[in-house]
Amino acid sequence: MRLPTGGRIDRSKPLRFTWDGRAMTGYAGDSIASALLANGVRIVARSFKYHRPRGIWGAGVDEPNAVVDVVWQGQHDPNARATLVPLRDGMAVRGVNAFPNVAFDVFGAIDLFHRFLPAGFYYKTFKWPNWQRFEPRIRAMAGLGRVGTLRDTRAYETRHAKCDLLIIGGGPAGLAALRAAGAGGVSVILADDQPELGGSLLTDPAEIDGVDGAAWAASVAGQGRVLSRTTVFGAYDDGSYGLLQLRDHAPEGWGTARLWVVRAAKVIFATGSIERPLVFPDNDRPGIMSANAVRRFLHGQAVLPGRTVIVATNNDSAYATAHALAAAGASVLVADARGEPGPVAAGLRVLPATVPLATGGRRGLAWVDLGPQDGARRERVPADLLAVSGGWSPAVHLFSQGGGTLRWDEALAAFLPDGGETVAGSITGAADLATCLAQGHAAGLAAAGGGDLTAPRTAPAPAPGKILPVWQIHPSAGRQWVDLQNDVTAKDVGLAALEGYRSVEHLKRYTTLGMATDQGKTSNVNGLALLAAATGRGIAEVGTTKFRPPFTPVPLAALAGSRHGRLVAPLRELPAHDDHLALGADMRDYGGWARPGCYQHIGETVIAAIAREAENARLRLGLFDGSSLGKIEVQGADAAAFLNLMYYNEVANLRPGRLRYCLLLRETGVVFDDGVVARLAADRYLLSPSSSHTAGVLAMLQAWHQTEYPTMQVAFHDVTAAWATFAVSGPRARALMEQLGSTVDVSEAALPHMAMAEGTLHGLPCRMARVSFTGDTSYEISVPSSYATAVWRHLLDLGAPLGMMPYGIETLSVLRAEKGYILIGTDTDGMTLPVDLGLEGPLRTKRVDFVGKRSLLTPDATRADRRQFVGLLPDDPDNVPAVGSHTVTGQCGARRSLGWITSACMSPLLKRSIALGMIEGGRARTGETVEIFHLGGITRATICAPVFVDPAGERLHG
Amino acid sequence: MLLLPCPHCGLRDEPEFSFGGEPAIRPVPASAVDDATWADYVYLRSNEKGPHREVWCHSGGCGQWFVLTRDTATHAVITP
Repeated sequence: MRLPTGGRIDRSKPLRFTWDGRAMTGYAGDSIASALLANGVRIVARSFKYHRPRGIWGAGVDEPNAVVDVVWQGQHDPNARATLVPLRDGMAVRGVNAFPNVAFDVFGAIDLFHRFLPAGFYYKTFKWPNWQRFEPRIRAMAGLGRVGTLRDTRAYETRHAKCDLLIIGGGPAGLAALRAAGAGGVSVILADDQPELGGSLLTDPAEIDGVDGAAWAASVAGQGRVLSRTTVFGAYDDGSYGLLQLRDHAPEGWGTARLWVVRAAKVIFATGSIERPLVFPDNDRPGIMSANAVRRFLHGQAVLPGRTVIVATNNDSAYATAHALAAAGASVLVADARGEPGPVAAGLRVLPATVPLATGGRRGLAWVDLGPQDGARRERVPADLLAVSGGWSPAVHLFSQGGGTLRWDEALAAFLPDGGETVAGSITGAADLATCLAQGHAAGLAAAGGGDLTAPRTAPAPAPGKILPVWQIHPSAGRQWVDLQNDVTAKDVGLAALEGYRSVEHLKRYTTLGMATDQGKTSNVNGLALLAAATGRGIAEVGTTKFRPPFTPVPLAALAGSRHGRLVAPLRELPAHDDHLALGADMRDYGGWARPGCYQHIGETVIAAIAREAENARLRLGLFDGSSLGKIEVQGADAAAFLNLMYYNEVANLRPGRLRYCLLLRETGVVFDDGVVARLAADRYLLSPSSSHTAGVLAMLQAWHQTEYPTMQVAFHDVTAAWATFAVSGPRARALMEQLGSTVDVSEAALPHMAMAEGTLHGLPCRMARVSFTGDTSYEISVPSSYATAVWRHLLDLGAPLGMMPYGIETLSVLRAEKGYILIGTDTDGMTLPVDLGLEGPLRTKRVDFVGKRSLLTPDATRADRRQFVGLLPDDPDNVPAVGSHTVTGQCGARRSLGWITSACMSPLLKRSIALGMIEGGRARTGETVEIFHLGGITRATICAPVFVDPAGERLHG
Repeated sequence: MLLLPCPHCGLRDEPEFSFGGEPAIRPVPASAVDDATWADYVYLRSNEKGPHREVWCHSGGCGQWFVLTRDTATHAVITP
């Protein structure tokens, strides 16, 4: 219920929201959790496995139960933690993992069968006949929120920042550090996950330097860059940190989560500590809450979660809650596990040496059985709220991610960080405000390199009483919950130990303890303490599981930032891109470039367009935009010698003005790329790697030059984007070239096949190369790319009377297949050697030690039964074999692959199907019929040489 | 995100670099070594846990290839 006064809420601003469809009211300053509690909602969730009703336990990041679905202003979060979401007007909040709702979930019946569903049940049950039959239904019954079906098309901002000091946590310790470091003149970023700075100062009355704690917090904020509602979720290498900042609104098209990547020279972990639950029978009932959380709700939002309260504790800190509840008018009884509670108990009803032994109540807590730990007596006490404190676990997650080490402190019953001046506040085990302020102040001064600012002053507190660790109560009675979110009990921990899972990492995986979205913030230490007891070891010896980012869930969209949709892999566009579109091009992604597959006429299918373009290019004249083809200039006195060490083929003896088709190998001997090497001058070459390999080829040349041949005089330049290249191909190609009007002599004698020349075309620098990928007479015209459109149109105009048609990549793929020209990565794979392609010459004749040469001389490279590149003619001329289908030998049971089909298409010229493939010992099998296996069926084809049109290559010289 | 020391440009963020793995000395002349030695050069790397000699390229910057020793367990750069 909501108290009539108090709290840091704005009662003049009522906010309307709905919970599972019911209209409710809250105030600015509420979280969803506090608003639900104020409205008397007790059951906010159903547990993951057993669908047990659950209520709110904590007030912040430690909350294990209250995962809810939130819709607000078009934003949908299916797995929001109710304690961390500020309430906003118009929010629609729903429970998850329940039908029809969390208050009356039919799947609650599963809990009746809990005996058959312990930890790891799926390793032992539901196996016959087939686990896959049960798995979908089991998964449907256990889960959290439902993902929405609408795509999030917003971009998310990523910010990068550097600072001298990153302070993690905006409580008193962090703020004291900010005050000290800021005064010292260092650049500081402070991140705090709450909407308002101050941490515990917002809920526990305090006076610092004469002013109210919350006011002091606000006054300090100006000393550095403060990021509120910002969680540091990961500590990474070399002082880099990942932060997630949340905001209510973002500009149109942008998401509300913002990722920060911060590089900090120094860090202070002021991350506080997390209250531990006590483990006792039925300790998961709605109405059982963290004592500290009760006080946060009470002072923060004027919410009283119960009127008849039992406070169960084993340490001093819960007494602040007991006093606060009594002051608010609740009836309070304290059950202290310790025999002598100490001076904090003054003014309260206290039962010493008493713990909860059981709880009851159908739709939430109604009573608690209290008695000694051995259960010798028990007294049933009515209560609607049980505030629990089992001690405090310092929030060492980020500290450990950053490589910090921990030690178990017996006296405090806590893992403390060995952090020196990088840790401050309750993370060190400090319990009182004065110590936290002093530690923060010292850490801030140290980070700033000194200073004479005095520490903030507050009233000192008396020394706290000791904690009595109580890891489990009355081991044999009832289910005692350890991990509330994943439904792991103390008995499950015992089971894991019994089955040999003695390592804390194995305990985690076997029971799933600590693997839920709360990552065990309230269960890890209890779990490993139980494991220690079950395996007869000390807690220090058991240790913690490894801490890994993220500390809290981070949306993938925030990590992706603006890299989604088309921006994940932006396509490069040809300089004449718009002209291709205007001609009806079917543009697709080829190796990272948007290129025309073919140019469809209206009403024409893609297949028909390809056939039309191919036939026209073969019989008349075709025009192709090859601007994406790589162009790398290699210059220097040692250019020839260097390239000769790189390429498989001999390139040093290439005459200026001549081209050669060459392979580039990896050191394994495998073909990495093919392309044409042109020699422009004695010390100048132009390489044409394939479009998708250009960057890789350039990187390879630069790496080999720097690391292996650094004394050679050679330089490289990628000029791919500087030149546009168009291929004019077909029997009428020379006729067009003669009308072109360039200064280059295009006669057969001056420019034969595999030659090139430089000149000008209407004043533009141009390079003409006689090189063909179609098998017909072909000229590649290269001009500066800024003139691409003009030259493309000029060529179309000149070509129209000659019957010229543009053709795309798919068409080119058919034309080259007819000639048996390979495509790297299609006809070759990661094991193809030059000898497999029938290119053995350079291995025998080339003397220098080129890249990969030694690998071509190994036994495997010289095996007689290697797969070889061949052609195949299917017996059925209309059957185009599926690329990737295997040629096989033998019968069922003893069937073996001989290789596979690498390319296949209908040949427009031959009007039948053709295929290329890599077949074991293929060259010796010419004329043999082979079986092709595909989807259970067999077809047949005859092996032939890999060339189907003009084997002698006469059309190249037309 | 590592901070790596480029010999030209100084300390730069990891995304600016390409990783080249553990280097090996290329046998020269290659024809002089047997198949096993050549295979070791091509494929075998020590891949230690601990100090690890490796090459990086400042591909997003000056393009320099350089060697450094980095601890593969702690990620700390030991020697530039």
